[in-house]
Amino acid sequence: MVSALINANPVVYETKERRVRSAPSDVDEYGIEPINQEEIFDHVRDIKDPEHPYSLEELKVITEDSIEVDDKRNYVRVTFTPTVEHCSMATVIGLCLRVKLIRSLPSRYKVDIRVAPGTHATEAAVNKQLNDKERVAAALENPNLLSMVDECLAPSYA
Amino acid sequence: MEFIDGNLQLKEIQKLEGHTDRVWSLAWNPATGVAGIPAMLASCSGDKTVRIWQQPSSGQSSGSWECKAVLEETHTRTVRSCAWSPSGKLLATGSFDATIGIWEQIGNDFECVATLEGHENEVKSVSWNSSGSLLATCSRDKSVWIWEVLPGNEFECVSVLQGHTQDVKMVQWHPFVDVLFSCSYDNTVKVWAEDGDSDDWHCVQTLGEANNGHSSTVWALSFNSTGDKMATCSDDLTLKIWETDRHAMNEGCAPWRHCCTLAGYHDRTIFSVHWSRDGVIATGAADDAIRLFVENTDGSVDGPLYKMLLKKEKAHNMDVNSVQWNNTETRLLASTSDDATVKIWEFASVP
Repeated sequence: MVSALINANPVVYETKERRVRSAPSDVDEYGIEPINQEEIFDHVRDIKDPEHPYSLEELKVITEDSIEVDDKRNYVRVTFTPTVEHCSMATVIGLCLRVKLIRSLPSRYKVDIRVAPGTHATEAAVNKQLNDKERVAAALENPNLLSMVDECLAPSYA
Repeated sequence: MEFIDGNLQLKEIQKLEGHTDRVWSLAWNPATGVAGIPAMLASCSGDKTVRIWQQPSSGQSSGSWECKAVLEETHTRTVRSCAWSPSGKLLATGSFDATIGIWEQIGNDFECVATLEGHENEVKSVSWNSSGSLLATCSRDKSVWIWEVLPGNEFECVSVLQGHTQDVKMVQWHPFVDVLFSCSYDNTVKVWAEDGDSDDWHCVQTLGEANNGHSSTVWALSFNSTGDKMATCSDDLTLKIWETDRHAMNEGCAPWRHCCTLAGYHDRTIFSVHWSRDGVIATGAADDAIRLFVENTDGSVDGPLYKMLLKKEKAHNMDVNSVQWNNTETRLLASTSDDATVKIWEFASVP
């Protein structure tokens, strides 16, 4: 038996055009390279939704504008919008975003992940959990959860 | 102790490298650093190990701290916290694998002499009472357990305390009396005492938002040397000071009240707070900084009760998870971080 999907018919949107990023020629290997919104969006746009064969970008769970960067303060905030208000997958999506950014960004960055205000029934609880690093660390030691996250992240490494 | 502003520094003595993942917590061995015995500390990590570090023996002041032992292949997940018994003979370790390890130094080796099972999931903190007869543990399962230490490295659970509605982040015994304090993801601090007649433990006070308490996860707490003040730190970016009646507390248990809130100093979650015997409160936070606070003694009536002495920016390359003053060398501070290092600091005047 196939279990019921939380959102059986999500709206799928067109994705933003991809930019070809040229490799900078005069790179200072030891210099601090600033990171911008586009670059962070590129890290997370292809993460697969936990219950649909679509990317977070195609479902408009994240857009380029949902990423805020303050490079001087080494600060990144990602605000995501679950497809339905009672989405039980919200914490998994948030965990995927956090893991992808832990693995992609230099360790000097502080990252906050949150649900867009007013888009989830238990917004405060989801946000608190996603930003408690002890809970995140424990979750990532759970093999089932980790394999679920890795599966969602796979297309983002392509 | 009096501190004159402006001429103090936190000087890095050494960076201890060896852990391969974030270092969560550390504990100074209370039986060391006195009578010519070199100071020793234990650190625990996401790499599932505990490392024992030792100060160079006296007379070798140019020597460096060394890793004396690695306690491994016992915990199967993150080791979240560690605590030495008051005699310094036993080390308790709490792990995300839901167990507590009890380790004893035998010769130069540390052996796991007992494993305590019972918590349903991640154990987050362990604490010995002042006499070493009781061990408290807490977990994401929302419970606090009190274990009695019996001869022959036997531990018997004497009470399971239910009351918190979310993960319990830390347990800490009062420094003199058998009263236990716990703080939680449910934003509260709870005080637990034994009922004299029934030998049962119960919650005697809850310090929550309604009592000027914290508005988000309370990560840690620490007592001053006289046991009548307590500092708590939180995800709400504040440090709070609480106080009680010293004589009443030392005779049993007395109610705690909010004394003051230190807001506006921290930019991200405060994970650790520790009060030195000299009265200096250290905090470690997710903004990579270590800050030191003291009671304000300038005598002005309207002035703040506590003031910041110094802020060490970039104390580590990543979040500071734990800060602990040495019990005897009161100017020696150790810190742990997500950057996988432990650092030893000396709090001193600028020469």
